[in-house]
Amino acid sequence: MTLQELKDIFYNGLWKQNAGIVQLLGLCPLLAVSSTVVNGVSLGLATTLVMAISSGAVALIRNYVPNEIRIPVFILIIAVLVTVVQYLMNAYMYPLYIVLGIFIPLIVTNCIVLARIEAFASKNPALQSAIDGMAMGLGLTAVLTVLGGMRELFGHGTLLSGIDLALGESARSLVITVIPDYHGFLFAVLPPGAFIGLGLLIAARNWLTLRAERKTRGPEAQITPISGDCSPASHA
Amino acid sequence: MPGFFSPFITKPDSVSQIMLKVLLALIPGIALYVWYFGPAILVSITLASLTALATEALMLRLRNRPIAPFLKDNSALLTGWLIALSIPPLAPWWLVVIGTAFAISVSKHLYGGLGNNPFNPAMIGYAVLIISFPVQMTQWLSPHGLGAIQLGFIDQLNYIFLGVFPEGIKLDALTMATPLDTLKTQLHLDGQISEILEMPIYGRLAGHGSEMVAAGFLFGGLYLLASRIISWHIPVVYLGTLFAVAGLFHLLDPAHYVEPLFHWFSGAAMIGAFFILTDPITSPTTHKGKLIFAAGAGLITYLIRAFGGFPDGMAFATLLMNICVPLIDAYTQPKVFGKKEQKP
Repeated sequence: MTLQELKDIFYNGLWKQNAGIVQLLGLCPLLAVSSTVVNGVSLGLATTLVMAISSGAVALIRNYVPNEIRIPVFILIIAVLVTVVQYLMNAYMYPLYIVLGIFIPLIVTNCIVLARIEAFASKNPALQSAIDGMAMGLGLTAVLTVLGGMRELFGHGTLLSGIDLALGESARSLVITVIPDYHGFLFAVLPPGAFIGLGLLIAARNWLTLRAERKTRGPEAQITPISGDCSPASHA
Repeated sequence: MPGFFSPFITKPDSVSQIMLKVLLALIPGIALYVWYFGPAILVSITLASLTALATEALMLRLRNRPIAPFLKDNSALLTGWLIALSIPPLAPWWLVVIGTAFAISVSKHLYGGLGNNPFNPAMIGYAVLIISFPVQMTQWLSPHGLGAIQLGFIDQLNYIFLGVFPEGIKLDALTMATPLDTLKTQLHLDGQISEILEMPIYGRLAGHGSEMVAAGFLFGGLYLLASRIISWHIPVVYLGTLFAVAGLFHLLDPAHYVEPLFHWFSGAAMIGAFFILTDPITSPTTHKGKLIFAAGAGLITYLIRAFGGFPDGMAFATLLMNICVPLIDAYTQPKVFGKKEQKP
């Protein structure tokens, strides 16, 4: 694997085909748990772990799986890994496990996991696939972090609240109160805040892309519209 | 008769003229509001108007649209006025500003500006505020003669902009629950309608003072009808449905369901029927569609008032029916003469 290949995979996962704001995959957990930074990062990292290992595992067995039953086989592998992550969190981060609740087991059904396996891991060697899974997961984590930060800041005026759930009681002092005596803007914490926040992030990314295009190709450059679609086949 | 032949076609009103007439029609209600609740409402209307115009100008600039023609169409002004009228007058200044700015920027311009917004911007602004700031949004002023103390105009300005009261006065002494809210609370406490309506905040038909404000909006609405700015379909069917459903429940159990006229003159029913639901952008285009739209809104308003968690359901009824407008329009297209009926 060359360095250029590695760069391409990371550029793809973090920016060009970002799961959250370009492919619009995995929106259900993205919208549901992005109410604080800590929740967002935790679920993002859990997803990243599952994606990296499952992509690597699928790539190893990709030549032995009959095409007709590949989806059940892939799902089985993902489900096993998610169960492992779920038990790990249950054992070592119980408060966080309670907060994230159903969204940990739901990583199995997260489109982005299966989408990357279909689109990348089933056609590429194990190392590249594992790195691709990790890059995609980190891209999603980045979006979850930014969205969680926006919603937490506008909703409660704090950042990193609930960090004690992940790192234990001693981490409580890490919570940053950005705006003291904040009234709270409940709207940002509730579901509409997630939708509008995500919309703004997508708009911001499109704007940045368009600006870059205009620099290279002149003022006539158009942005290609993004399309969100949950069927893995369309991303093959 | 040289030179003049029928048919005579009148020049249709421009958007700007229509909106101006709607603003004009709001004035009787606002005047009665000032009479019963004091001049604080004028401050929030001014604040909302300035915010609306500033946000509109900013959004038009960001979208590279001409600013002056759109500012002159008065539609942003109307949104501002409606938001100011739907939130408590003695609210901190940022409440009005956030609601209006959100309404104009997100629910109007992000959808493509005037004519493209699926939801009534004023009601979106109200919904955002009531969900985000439930405490500030329920501090309604008590009408003259009922509250423990009345604040002077300067003191009111001090509170709105600086958040300070004259010494010894607390906000609780100036505000009270709205008639609809009191009714709901008392019914939960096993009160009987006849006893509840004896309380001093109730007047002849509904809340003391607020019933007259509603009557003012009714008067303005009739002017809009007479000048053909709005058609009769939405207000008549909306108020009719509200009356019929409320009347049915009242007949079945008069001790627990208040009479229909109370519903007409409480909360946002009147201003909603004539000024909010009739917004030409967010209501159906066909006559049949308008009937369905208004009946649905009337039913939802009553259900929220009688059984829901909020005291008034006008705003949510409007938004819920706004979602249905494209569907209603698709299914109520009139048959083209000579063509076989086609399913959409």
